[in-house]
Amino acid sequence: MGLKRAEAELIFRRVGITFAVYGDDLGSERTIPFDQIPRIFSAQEWAQLETGLRQRVQALNRFIYDIYHEETIIKAGIVPAEQIFNNAQYRPEMRNVDVPRDIYAQIAGIDIVRAGAGEFYVLEDNLRVPSGVSYMVEDRKMMMRLFPDLFQAQRIAPVEHYPDLLLECLKSVKPSDVKKPNVVVLTPGMYNSAYFEHTYLALQMGVELVEGKDLYVKNEQVFMRTTHGPERVDVIYRRIDDDFLDPLAFRSDSTLGVAGLLSAYRAGNVTLANAIGTGIADDKSIYPYVPAMIEFYLGEKPILNNVPTFQCRKPEDLAYTLAHLSELVVKETHGAGGYGMLVGPAASKAEIENFRVHLKANPEKYIAQPTLALSTCPTFVEAGIAPRHIDLRPFVLSGKTVKMVPGGLTRVALKEGSLVVNSSQGGGTKDTWVLET
Amino acid sequence: MLSRTADCLYWMARYTERAENTARMLDVSHQTALLPQPEQFLEQSWKKLLTISKLEDDFSKKYDTINRHNVLDFMIYENTNPSSIVSCLYSARENARVIRGRITSEVWETQNTTWLELQIILVNRERSDHSRFLEWVKHRCHLVRGVIQGTMLKNEALYFLGIGTLIERADNTARILETKYEIQENVKPIQKNKGTEEEVSDSFFNFYHWASLLRSVSGFEIYRQIYSDQITPKQVAELLIFNPQMPRSLVSCVNELIPLMAAVRNQDSKEIERLLGKLKASLEYSDIDEVFKQGLEEFMEDFLERINHIADDFSNTFLIPLAVA
Repeated sequence: MGLKRAEAELIFRRVGITFAVYGDDLGSERTIPFDQIPRIFSAQEWAQLETGLRQRVQALNRFIYDIYHEETIIKAGIVPAEQIFNNAQYRPEMRNVDVPRDIYAQIAGIDIVRAGAGEFYVLEDNLRVPSGVSYMVEDRKMMMRLFPDLFQAQRIAPVEHYPDLLLECLKSVKPSDVKKPNVVVLTPGMYNSAYFEHTYLALQMGVELVEGKDLYVKNEQVFMRTTHGPERVDVIYRRIDDDFLDPLAFRSDSTLGVAGLLSAYRAGNVTLANAIGTGIADDKSIYPYVPAMIEFYLGEKPILNNVPTFQCRKPEDLAYTLAHLSELVVKETHGAGGYGMLVGPAASKAEIENFRVHLKANPEKYIAQPTLALSTCPTFVEAGIAPRHIDLRPFVLSGKTVKMVPGGLTRVALKEGSLVVNSSQGGGTKDTWVLET
Repeated sequence: MLSRTADCLYWMARYTERAENTARMLDVSHQTALLPQPEQFLEQSWKKLLTISKLEDDFSKKYDTINRHNVLDFMIYENTNPSSIVSCLYSARENARVIRGRITSEVWETQNTTWLELQIILVNRERSDHSRFLEWVKHRCHLVRGVIQGTMLKNEALYFLGIGTLIERADNTARILETKYEIQENVKPIQKNKGTEEEVSDSFFNFYHWASLLRSVSGFEIYRQIYSDQITPKQVAELLIFNPQMPRSLVSCVNELIPLMAAVRNQDSKEIERLLGKLKASLEYSDIDEVFKQGLEEFMEDFLERINHIADDFSNTFLIPLAVA
């Protein structure tokens, strides 16, 4: 086992599957620790999870369409208006803008934990620029390289065709007047922590990987600069946040974006995946309303559970949270990546008291959730094989139809007892197996 | 292809070629310096290494004296020197990293492995053996070129890599010729005054000086093979300028550039092809006697000006197209 681990580390580094860590000068590139014990689902359990994911993502897309158009869910009194219109993630620029097939979150990464047999909880809906899918595919390749016999002995559902599904999905949301869409991946550049993934996906899909400076807008159309002159761009899989997309419309100091992109987008001459303004639906302050959304738009009972959530903006929830800080996980509503959160059971007294000050100062910025009996999985650590907490991020693609590959990115908290699985906080990854019967 | 991608390909190839050229030059100087020779000449030969790359000013900002240790240190390790081997390998790898999707994974892994191995070498820098290190650099650069030839699709990407390699190579050969001749002119009269040493230094020049020049462009064995004769300055110059079989000769580089430039042709690149064609003609319809009549230094200056003009035009046309609308 130790030898296999060393081999895996060596291969990952030589191949350069690394990510950058913000605010860490030493070794600005690291490999994500890879654990060679897979996380396993039965086909049955997976089918249930998959149905739940499709349902949830469909409802979320309907929700985003609704709040930028008729606002029926607000009129029906299910989501309070101030939760939408006072939210920094709401983009007034998107009001009454029609997007192809009314799909806003073409690529969704839903973070899931399993509490017991068939009992799944959604931790977070990532609808902006979810990352990690390249690790899902690379982890699988690594496992096949290290343990070929295991793959012969069981039927493990393949995941390597994800880039094909992604390309098909992106093409299916092209602007309506375009016959053969020119798809590109827009990256902030090589210093972004997920640059490896941007390159990987562009390569696997056989499309150009562009930076903002490669593109320009003329007559509300987007072009890229090539060695043979300008070439029109129709679909942009963008891996840049809304704020940086267009210096004319959003942050004027952004050098990553393309001036005039929003105007081309609003004119319907280019598709952005994901759309601008999807952040409103994965914001942690909106999260508590998702089960109600599913019933409202689809008329179905939610298959996946929400984690009970205390909204600190409500006085009674705040009071409860303050009284139970040592038992709860407290997160910033707009935060991501495991930064700026408190894990009560693992925190020291000083950390809790320090966090209490922040929480009291800006209660509306936080939500709190009980720490679930998060599922664990055997993991190969220094001391041998031991249980470690894990979660799962499957990727849901919405285009002409909703598609996904059987599996996802399993993240594992390598520190004993830790519940934080983010790679920026010392988490690792595992291959995820769906066993066909 | 994206202009920025072409730019990265071009510079990845140029920096790789430059790292190799620098390594070869340093290796030769390092070995030549071990031979018995007059003190002034030794200093001159280290100085000329800086002259070739136009780095005297940058060097003098950091060091007081020109000697073996300082020059090697500056040309191998110095981060602030953009032409040092470490800087070249860094830039080659950074360019490769940006476009890793456009090169084969074999090419990327080769560049990346070079960089990772270099990190280990740098940690043990004090104990490292220069000859072995320079050998390693040459070997890694050969490997990159071989992997490119062996794995890349024969399309635009490969052409831009080729153009980068050839422009850097032509530039390097021309600079070496220019500088080495200049040195010879400067040093010889000094030696002439010292009657007793004259014989020694003359034979030193006649053989080791030109032999080292040949070695620095991998041309020593080729020279022997082609001329089966004593090493004379004129024949050395002839080999490096006019021999179409010699891979690093000027005429070779220009000849190979022409089909590559035609293969990447766009609506604005006619002028570059015209200039290249003219340069090829002026090499083809000239010979070594004419060059010596004109003065080799002047000839080289003219060549460098022309090839760099072509490189600038190329860059503006393909790599960083300026205006948009």
